[in-house]
Parts: sequence; C-alpha cells; structure tokens
Amino acid sequence: MLSRVADALFWLSRYTERAENNARMMDVNLQVMLDVQPFANNQQHWESIIFTLEDTKLFYKLYPEITRDAVVDFVTFERKNPNSIYSCLALARENARTVREELSVEMWEQINRMYLFFSSGDAKPMFQSSTYEFFKWILEGSHLFQGVTDATMLHDEGWEFIRLGMFLERADRTSRILDIKYHILLPSGEQIGGNVDTVQWMAVLKSCSALEPYRKHYRGQVLPWKVVEFLVKNQTFPRSIVFCVDSLDYSLHKITGVDRGEFQYSVEAERLSGKLLADLCFVTVDEIFRAGLHEYLDRMQGRLIEITKAIYKEFCEWLEEEENEPEEIEPTQFQTQKNSS
Amino acid sequence: MGNLFEGYAPESYFDEMFGSAGEVRPHYDTLLARYAEMSSEEFQKKRALADNAFLTQGVTFTVYNDQEGTERIFPFDLIPRIIPRSEWEHVECGLGQRITALNMFLHDIYHDQKIVRDGIVPADIIHTAAHFRPEFMGFDVPKDIYIHICGSDLIRDQNGDYLVLEDNARCPSGVSYLLENRQAMKRVFPNLFSRYLVRSVDTYCLELLDVLRFIAPHGNPEPTVVLLTPGIYNSAYFEHSFLARTMGIEIVVGADLVTQNGFVYMKTTRGLKRVDVIYRRIDDDFLDPEVFRGDSVLGVSGMVDAYRRGNVSLANTIGTGVADDKVTYYFVPKMIRYYLDQDPILPNVETYLSHFDSDRKYILENLDKLVVKSANESGGYGMLMGPQATAAQREAFREAIEKNPRNYVAQPVIRLSRSPSFCDDHFEGRHIDLRPYILYGKKITIIPGGLTRVALRKGSLVVNSSQGGGSKDTWILNE
Repeated sequence: MLSRVADALFWLSRYTERAENNARMMDVNLQVMLDVQPFANNQQHWESIIFTLEDTKLFYKLYPEITRDAVVDFVTFERKNPNSIYSCLALARENARTVREELSVEMWEQINRMYLFFSSGDAKPMFQSSTYEFFKWILEGSHLFQGVTDATMLHDEGWEFIRLGMFLERADRTSRILDIKYHILLPSGEQIGGNVDTVQWMAVLKSCSALEPYRKHYRGQVLPWKVVEFLVKNQTFPRSIVFCVDSLDYSLHKITGVDRGEFQYSVEAERLSGKLLADLCFVTVDEIFRAGLHEYLDRMQGRLIEITKAIYKEFCEWLEEEENEPEEIEPTQFQTQKNSS
Repeated sequence: MGNLFEGYAPESYFDEMFGSAGEVRPHYDTLLARYAEMSSEEFQKKRALADNAFLTQGVTFTVYNDQEGTERIFPFDLIPRIIPRSEWEHVECGLGQRITALNMFLHDIYHDQKIVRDGIVPADIIHTAAHFRPEFMGFDVPKDIYIHICGSDLIRDQNGDYLVLEDNARCPSGVSYLLENRQAMKRVFPNLFSRYLVRSVDTYCLELLDVLRFIAPHGNPEPTVVLLTPGIYNSAYFEHSFLARTMGIEIVVGADLVTQNGFVYMKTTRGLKRVDVIYRRIDDDFLDPEVFRGDSVLGVSGMVDAYRRGNVSLANTIGTGVADDKVTYYFVPKMIRYYLDQDPILPNVETYLSHFDSDRKYILENLDKLVVKSANESGGYGMLMGPQATAAQREAFREAIEKNPRNYVAQPVIRLSRSPSFCDDHFEGRHIDLRPYILYGKKITIIPGGLTRVALRKGSLVVNSSQGGGSKDTWILNE
C-alpha cells in the first residue's frame, strides 16, 4: 500500500472518531448542566472541557470569555478550530477524497454526506431546533460510517490503518474525558461521593457511552475508583483504554505480519504498544490513584503520541522526507496544468 | 404531443429527435411516448433524484473561488441521445481509420518524416508545433503505439452528417461522466431503458486496463499499472480516482514516485515497489522536471530516463500533442489518404490555415463569418466566434493572426445538430456534440456511445463545461 494512502486512511478514521467524540461530549455536558446548574459554577465546568482538549489558547483568540454557547460553537462549528466537529469532518473528507479508490462506495458516500450536512448549511438550523437531534445525527453518522467500513471494505492492510487511527483516537479521548473530572472542582458545600460528585462521574461515563455497560458490569453505585477501573482496564468495553490499545496492537501485528504470541514484535511501534498493553493489564487502580490520576492520564496521552509517531516513522517515512522540501507547501497542491481538453 | 414538448420546434436545424416536418424519428418513438406523458413536476423530481445522486457520490468538478472550493455537478440532461446501430457502425469505422492514421503519422514524424519529405505536411508546421518533442526523434515506443486513448470530438451538421471537429490525443477527459450518466439513467428511467436494446458501456475500464497491461515493458505478464494524477485539486480528479478505482490500480501523485537506476518505484508501507506502466493524466510538460518544466512538482525526476531505457511505459506516450494540434488537424484527411490509401470515412470540418497566404487572406476578410481557433487552446478558450464577436475582439484576433500565422485556423460556423433538453419547465432544442473514446491496444476498441455534451445556454454553440455546458447519456442501439 502506498505510504501516502496509509497515512490518509489513518487520519480520515481519526478525524471521524474525533468528530463523534466531540459530539458526544457536547451532548452529554449540555444535559449534565441541566442537572447541576443550580449548584455548580457553569463557567468552570466549560472551562475544564476546553482545558482537557488542550485548546485554551486558541479559544481565547476567538472568543472573549467562556460561556456555554461559545464553547459549544467552538467545539462544533468553528472552522478556525481544526478540532471542531465541522473541521474534523472536512478533514476526514479531504483525506477520503485523496484515497477514494481505497474506500467502498458506501464509505465515501457516508463521509461525504456528513460533510455536506455542514457545508450545505443544513446543520445550523437543525442544531437550533434541537441540539439533541443534532448531536444524535452526528453520532449515528459516525456509527454508520464505522458499520459500513466493517461490512463493505476489504479487511486488508488499509482497513488495519483505519482501525489504528480509530483506536488511537479513542484511547486518547477516553483518557481526556476521564481527566475532565480532575479539573472540575466540586462546588463548596458538596462532598466527595455526594449528589453532584456522582452526577459528574456519571457524565464522564456517559461521555464515553459507558454508563449502561458500567451498570451491567458492576450492578451498583457509581464510584470513582470503579469508573476509573472500568474506563482504563475493562477488557470487554470497546472504549476502555486497554481495549483500544489491545486492538491497535493487534492491527499493528496484522500489518507487519508478525505473530502476536509470546510478546513478539518487529518494529518500534509494536514494541511501544506491547509495552503499554502490558502496563495496562497489570496496573492496579490503587497504583493509578497513588501515582495521581491526572499524572497517570497525562503520561498515557504521551505514550499514545509516541506510538503515533512510531507508526508514522515506520510506514510513512517517505512522506517525512518530503516535508523538509519546500514543495510540500501550497504550490504542490495548487500547481495546475491546463487540461488538454 | 404532450405538455413538455408543447411548442417544441426543430426550426432550421438538424434535430436528433424530430424530422424537419416535426415528425418523430423512429428510434425516438418509445422515448417520446414515455416523456410526453410526464408532467413538469414529475420530470423535475426525476432530475432532482439524478442530481442528488451525483452530489452524494461526489461526481463533481471543483471551481475554486474561495477557501473551501465549490464543487459543482456537471449539469446532466435527462433526455438521452439515441444513435441507431447502422449510424454508429459508420462512426466506428471512421474513428478506427482515424486513430490508425494518427498513430502512423506519429511514428513517421518521430522517425523518417516521409510525409514531410513527400510534401504532404510542411516541415515548419511540425517543427513549430508546441507539443512536438524533437528529443524523441528515432525513439521506438512499446508496440509502436503512440496514442492509446483518444477522444475525437464529433459534430453533426445541418444534413445530419457526422464531422470530426478535433482530436484529443494527449489526456482526453470525460469518460467517467459517460459511465456515471449511464448509471443515473438506469436508476431514473429503468423501464424506459429496458424497452430499448442499449449497448452496454460497462467494460470500458477493463478494456482500458487491457491496453495498459499490453504495453508493459519487457513483455511482463503481471505488470504494476498506476494512474498518475496532478492531485485532488485538479478539476478532473474525480475522474482519475474513478478510473483507478474501477480498474483496481493505484492512483499516485508525483510525490509517491521515485526513480532509482533507471526504474520508477512507488513508496509503499513495505518499501519501494517497481512501477511498470503509468497511465498519466498530466501533460508532457510536467512529467519530469529534469527534462521538461524545471519547476514542475507534479511529476518525478528521472521518469523520462526510465522511459527512454524502456523500463517504464507511458500512456499516452510523450509527444502525441503534435497530432492533436488544431493545425495538424487540417492534415488528417491527407494522412489517411497518404498512409492508408483510403478516403476518410468521417470528414473534417472545412478548415482554413492562416499559415497559407491565400487562406489567411480569406480569413482576415471574413472574420465576421468564421470561427477562429488558436492551435493549442482548449476548453472553449482562445476562440473567436466571428458573428457574435465585437469589432474590438475581431481586431485583436486580426493582430494575433498577422503576428503569428502558424498559430491559427478558421472554420465556417457549423450549425450543430440539436436535441431536446429540459429548460426550466419544458423542452427546447439545444446544440450538442459527441466525444467518443477510442482505445488502441492489441486491437481498436471504441466505447459504444461517448459523451454527448450539450450547450445549455440558449443559442450557444459552445458545449464546454466551463462555458455552461452539460451532458447527456448516449444510447447506441443494438437493433
């Protein structure tokens, strides 16, 4: 497979997953605010979201202050924010466009449909009439994309790169959502384990589509260490960090053709993912809290970035070379020839 | 006659559907019955259905005027153009004859130039042609085929006779629209379609792949074939992607390729992989910055060297542009007589060369009656429509012609045939042409039909998409 194609498949999948996660996060938090509004400091809640997304600087360039509407606009529609839902869908589609021949017709049509929903101007009115319907449309759109990808695309090397992008993004996102709770302080007078605290932890679970699976698994109360255990270490929940790392480790071995048994690896990316997977399997929740949840998650994000870099270096090193040459910038893309007809 | 055809008149033009007395031509009978029963609303609905399918599938071309770039669909007219079998057979013979002669011409021009020495084509016409590549004199191309893919534009005159308007022997585009138009028609009018025996166009991409594999270097039976595109910002990118997808080959940009020791490789996740055949959709000028335009970033350094060594094949080959120069066009009927000793089956449009003194005099005296074209422009640019032009425009062309007579040809205004097209809420006659696609490999294959382009602006004779043109499905009947 062409390195450029592998790279584009990886990113189109990552951006779609990112758009989905942003949509879910906005949807959940808008609803949560309805529950905690009387008690909580609104602004601080929204601030923590922007903070965990590591977009604070850009946000303040574009908006004077943090408000509900500003954050929702920034995360959903703002084209100047490269991580907004609209930007992610545009980037996903742009990547898809360069590798159309690798995608099934159904995949392309779905990605295109999601982009056109925004670019045609249909998105805003729907958002205004019902935010719930709006975010649901995006979530379902992303699920449909993942479904047709599974059901219609060849499960070959390209498909594995799509899986890599999706699971890396998802692992990163789950760790960030878990981290939101660290940044939200409880309102004064509220106790740990109290009503608002529990609502906030439930919001964390919901932001990962994990509330019902959590209940099925523990059949009990929502407790912080259990939430952490579930989102970090549950082997069967498809958005837990360990599940994502296990899946991306599997895809890496499919790509290299190296047997996974007995801790084998052939490339640096496999070594890193294998090591992370082992850590996740053998760490205890106690250890995580002792190290500090925030510090632990921060380190996790760093390790996921290292894996991304190693993947790029291993499979797309050619592209790296080009980047140093001036031709990678705009003129490449815009040099045109007159079509002979 | 039903609603939508009310007031429809062929006027003084050759109409594809109706005879001069207003009677429907027999091969349009069934179609008329179906369309006449439809209301304008029903028709609009069908049209929205087709448009929406094009948009979702991304069958678009891009117009860049802001940051996002606007994607437009190529307007699709839902009334197919129908060509009876016997008529098509005549066209097929003529096109086969023409591409054969053009390929013989290219071989001759890049070798002994007998046609020049025998005084059929003036030497300076060849040597001043913008796309003549003297670097390739004496070079033998694989299987001695120069043009593998050709798109020759045909028109019908007032008598309904088919004439060749121009040849596109470099990178003719548009075939994907033809294939998508057919899909759309089948979806929107399944019943009508099944009532006609229409020849299928589905095998085009397989046949194209056969041609590309046929020219592989060293007779490699399992060659790696790729399509080289300028990239997603090229207006024809959809087509490039479509063709690669349908053939199941890689689509590459220049940056995906690298040359080493006289071979071309592509950069893959498993290292470098050798490339044998390149269906290139970029012009000669951009292929290799070492040989042609030094600032090109669309091609790859060393490609021409690999090509010369016979380690990679290109389709079309380098230097075919000398055959589709509008001045060379003038000589094609003479080529057919010279190389094949046959009369041309499909005639040219009557053409004057300002290169010849007497023709030039005639052109300059009749600028208000003629269509003047410059030798190497396309897409409806660089053209003077004499009768509609302003005095200032005519004056500009007069100066240009006098300054550079080699570069201009002129033709009388042809009254192109018309076909009913949907305009607002009813049918009106609009001028059309036809671009068939000819493949030349082990044998000559012509896709049954072609892209019928239609000038949707009232009275316009220019069918190019950049000038408000659209397209129609083209049905070749098997009966």
